[in-house]
Amino acid sequence: MSDPKECPRSLVIERVFSHTQEKLWRALTESTLLAQWMMNNDFELEVGKKFQFRAEPQPNWNGVVDCEVILVDPIERLSYNWGTGGAESGLQWVVAFTLTPTMGGTHVRMEQSGFGPNQIAAYNGANYGWNKMLGGLERVLGEVS
Amino acid sequence: MPALADNIFRALADPTRRAIFEELTRQGEQTVHALTRYAGVSQPAVSKHLIVLKRAKLVRHRREGRETHYRAQPDSLAPMVNWLDQYGAFWRERFDRLETLLERME
Repeated sequence: MSDPKECPRSLVIERVFSHTQEKLWRALTESTLLAQWMMNNDFELEVGKKFQFRAEPQPNWNGVVDCEVILVDPIERLSYNWGTGGAESGLQWVVAFTLTPTMGGTHVRMEQSGFGPNQIAAYNGANYGWNKMLGGLERVLGEVS
Repeated sequence: MPALADNIFRALADPTRRAIFEELTRQGEQTVHALTRYAGVSQPAVSKHLIVLKRAKLVRHRREGRETHYRAQPDSLAPMVNWLDQYGAFWRERFDRLETLLERME
């Protein structure tokens, strides 16, 4: 049960961008820049600050993500809570960005955590034909290499 | 995302319902009585929780005499994986857009 391979609880996306760490930090933390690649937002770079991302509403989502900045470590780490569906359904994740300078660029790691037992109840009990589902999960995690 | 996903998330957002569902996946079929003993809440409360789980198609029931037996339908969790899949696609697409933005930012 505690084997992380059997029970992945976070989604990790990593990519190396051929741009400076400073520039990436700006793209992640300046509201107008953030709006150009993420979504419209009222983000402010301050721990404890609540903000929202707003996208086009979809059939099962009103298009709003409720967030709160939980970590600011210029120009390396940024994380915020990520909640959809309002306080009632209480779907909550944590999104954390880590920027690391590399040869000729910056390595960006995005980890969205909270896919664990609190939200995907009991999917780690693999006896009930859930292998197919875990396969899907591994595919997602595999693709992001 | 299938419309059902919403029901599934709501159903599993409650810790007692989640515990009942987990118990059913672990132990197989259970009577309402057994589930009531396990959950430590009143039988009417358990019945209400089971109705929510049933609506989300996470459990099925059958009657036998005076007892109702419930069992888990874990395949119904599939929409959740689609949803995780979608988040993966979401972030990859955002990273593509980030790449484009960085080019423009020079």
